[in-house]
Amino acid sequence: MPQIAQLTADNWYLASQLFWLLVVFAGIYVVIGRGMLPKIEATVDARDRKVADDLAAAKAAHAAADGLEETYRQQSDASRAAAQKAVADAKGKAARDAEKRLAKVDAELGDKLTAAETEIATARKSAMAEIESVAAEAASDLVAKLSGAKVVAADAKAAVKAVLHG
Amino acid sequence: MAAESGKIDPMHQFEVTPLGGGFNLGGHEVLFTNSALWMVIAAITLGIFMWGGMRRKLIPGRWQVAVEGFTGFISSMMTANIGTEGRKYTPYVFSLFMFILFCNLLGMLPLGVVGVHPFTVTSHIAITGVLALISFAIVLVVGFWRHGLHFFSLFVPHGTPLPMIPIIAPIEFVSFMVRPFSLGLRLFVAMTAGHVLLKVLSGFVINGFNAETLWLGSIVSVLSFILMIGISALELLVAGIQAYVFALLTSLYINDAVNLH
Repeated sequence: MPQIAQLTADNWYLASQLFWLLVVFAGIYVVIGRGMLPKIEATVDARDRKVADDLAAAKAAHAAADGLEETYRQQSDASRAAAQKAVADAKGKAARDAEKRLAKVDAELGDKLTAAETEIATARKSAMAEIESVAAEAASDLVAKLSGAKVVAADAKAAVKAVLHG
Repeated sequence: MAAESGKIDPMHQFEVTPLGGGFNLGGHEVLFTNSALWMVIAAITLGIFMWGGMRRKLIPGRWQVAVEGFTGFISSMMTANIGTEGRKYTPYVFSLFMFILFCNLLGMLPLGVVGVHPFTVTSHIAITGVLALISFAIVLVVGFWRHGLHFFSLFVPHGTPLPMIPIIAPIEFVSFMVRPFSLGLRLFVAMTAGHVLLKVLSGFVINGFNAETLWLGSIVSVLSFILMIGISALELLVAGIQAYVFALLTSLYINDAVNLH
């Protein structure tokens, strides 16, 4: 077994084995372990950091968007409430105005009505009076034509009045 | 393969052969061997793999994702086992993990079909043992550096009743000292056993077709070949798992040194 032989006997190749191992391994350690590895690790670290930063930025942007949406929602709520209030105010004002106008018109109409009623009443009274005199004349005429008797106007008037008013 | 009289030596793959370039280092002759060649190949392959992940784009391509998967795997393991301080030790554990993984996987390449013999560097205890000793040395240095002599409290687990300490402490000490051996041995044994098994089975395939009763030998060959496919898949899994276990245990041991208990 050559592996064991080099340890026991005074072997020629143990020294070369150890020498070349140390040379090669030292070379690997210096060039690859100390030279290349830290650069590769730095690349990986930089990438990890970039990813973490990007994620944090995305999170912050997300939060900002959420805040923006919240304020937008609040604003839109507030403006909607204001609009509703304005509408309600306008409605109330319109209703009050209409009421006021209606009341005014109502009063005017009432005045007109009472005036008309009094007019009608006076007209009626005068009409009644006219009817009485006309009826009395007609009645005295009729009496004169039928019986030839002359009826005094005052009598005819009293008779007509009695008939008309029961 | 030493195919003398139809015999295939499954241990031949572990032989270290010189490829030249020798020089003297403190009385020992150091040669460039096939073992060293495959270490260098593993290092270069690893370098190319890592280089492909160095484009440092914000949105990574496939290759970059693969490289970042490996680095993220190790660094998350370090932070999970040690804490934020674990990142200091990530370069070492990452180098360890990737070197072992690439050596394991390169040793599994079926280059034998084109006549090249891949050499599994991690199937040598001299290699895995040294890697384990480096890990152990880091644990000791970090432990004594941070905690001074207080580091010895590692051998007395929390809540140990006072009369139990003389018994518990030696057990803990032995289990602590065994760590580098178990760490190095585990990887070496797993790699060696897997490769020996594959070579034995491939020997069955070849010898089966060369057998005198061809129909019987063919059955053996086909069955062995099917078994080899499954075991190759298993060995790929083992290659990853052993690299992971080595890195994981190293990180746990460093955790002991950094945080005590």
